[in-house]
Amino acid sequence: MIKFEQVSKVYSGSHQALQKVDFHLKQGEMAFLTGHSGAGKSTLLKLISLLERPSDGKIFLNGNDISRVSRRHVPYLRRHIGIIFQDHRLLMDKTVFENVALPLVIEGYGRNEIERRVMAALDKVGLSDKAFCIPVHLSGGEQQRVGIARAVVNKPPLLLADEPTGNLDPKLSTEILKLFEAFNSVGVSVLIATHDLGLIAKMRYRTLTLKNGKMSSDGLLGEGHA
Amino acid sequence: MRNILNPSPRITKVPLHKRFLMYWVNHFQQAVGSLGELWRTPMASLMTMAVLGISLALPASFHLLLKNAERVTASWDNAAEVSLFLQPGLSDKTTQNFIQRISLYNEVDAVTYISKEQAVAEFREMSGFGNALDYLDTNPLPAVVQVTPKPQYASPAGAKLLLAKLQQEKEVEQGKLDIEWLERLHSIINLAVDSVVAIAFLLLASVLLIVGNTIRLNILNRRTEIEVMKLVGATDSFIHRPFLYTGLWYGLIGGMIAWVLTSSLVLWMESAVIKVAGLYQSDFRLLGLSFSEFLFMIGLASLLGLISSFVTVKRHIHLIEP
Repeated sequence: MIKFEQVSKVYSGSHQALQKVDFHLKQGEMAFLTGHSGAGKSTLLKLISLLERPSDGKIFLNGNDISRVSRRHVPYLRRHIGIIFQDHRLLMDKTVFENVALPLVIEGYGRNEIERRVMAALDKVGLSDKAFCIPVHLSGGEQQRVGIARAVVNKPPLLLADEPTGNLDPKLSTEILKLFEAFNSVGVSVLIATHDLGLIAKMRYRTLTLKNGKMSSDGLLGEGHA
Repeated sequence: MRNILNPSPRITKVPLHKRFLMYWVNHFQQAVGSLGELWRTPMASLMTMAVLGISLALPASFHLLLKNAERVTASWDNAAEVSLFLQPGLSDKTTQNFIQRISLYNEVDAVTYISKEQAVAEFREMSGFGNALDYLDTNPLPAVVQVTPKPQYASPAGAKLLLAKLQQEKEVEQGKLDIEWLERLHSIINLAVDSVVAIAFLLLASVLLIVGNTIRLNILNRRTEIEVMKLVGATDSFIHRPFLYTGLWYGLIGGMIAWVLTSSLVLWMESAVIKVAGLYQSDFRLLGLSFSEFLFMIGLASLLGLISSFVTVKRHIHLIEP
């Protein structure tokens, strides 16, 4: 699903964020991406969703090289990736329903289809009774779940999450991760960036560890290099 | 590129005909939505539209002023009359032939012949020096042919050309055209037209700038929303559309306000104009904007709004990246 080949990213001011990173996430696989803050986790996710472009190397999504995709095609590519942010990135003056419906409206779905899919997505994250609330009236965990519903509403084959549990207590964090597991079990590839090592240890999934922009380990945490 | 991820069978894409239909439904929703957005801040929107309305009403009123002024002076243009003094001693037949010939000219509308005898009679009647003629042995006045050019040759330049042509005729001793005042009038009108065009350009430029700036502030206010839309895969044109519609609404409503302002101005001036015209024994009435001029004004205003928002949106939305 995602394949990095010798990918480097240098930000202006010659800050080297990633150095010759290689990894391959297979279709239907779920993995964690970890490392100290500033190790390059967010940069790696941004490269996949084309929020940033690599300085060197090649990135493949389903076998297609996306490093050279033209600006015009970026929106169509993003429709195949569900992205979840630590700060949710919700529109605070729109209802939960409108927030979740946004990707479908953009893709040109009809009214009935939108309603059906939004309610299904909200049902999956357990928020069907909050559809017409404004996000500011929801708790942090609920807001994060709205963000997840928006990311999965058009059924993308790939989910990316950047510190999805960053602001949540352990119980809520586990709930959120259970949601990701549920999506993964129906074939969605999932890549979660987090520095919450306790959480990773509980879940026992493949873990990619970044250190100063280099891939330092790849495999189950505690088992050493794979 | 659309299916770069070669989506698994779970993903049911929107079929083409439905996508096409939804494209227009989206357009309509975004058009109404941006109107609703304007309605949400009625005072601010209305103020902007009023400024646009005034900026458009000024050139429209100048245009009306010129249109009416040209109508008044059009009747004076016929005063461009060429007087031809004929050679002395022409026979009646030669004179008749000559009149016949020039009345067939393309440029000539009408020809009036004033014989020597008529000229004397007229002089006696009009000048008050009639008795002076009695001391003369012969009639000193020449026969005169008055030529009225057709309207399209009645301008100072056209009348001058006609005069030159008529002076080539051997029967003509001298031709005269009193056009100095006409030339002055025309140059004053031309000056007025030029200044109105220049002012109109300035005011239309201000319309472009006002709409552009308003849309720019609008875009900055909705920065987060634009970022989120880009994150979930909105194309630039999808994001552009609401702002383009906002620009269009500004122009359209501004144009309507301009029309209301100009029409009120005409109504207000009309009674005064009728009074003045009455004093000059004229049934002149002030002309307002015609229907096609109304359409032109609304169309131009909408177009300006659209162009301005298009340029702004292209520049600023490109810069916003999540």
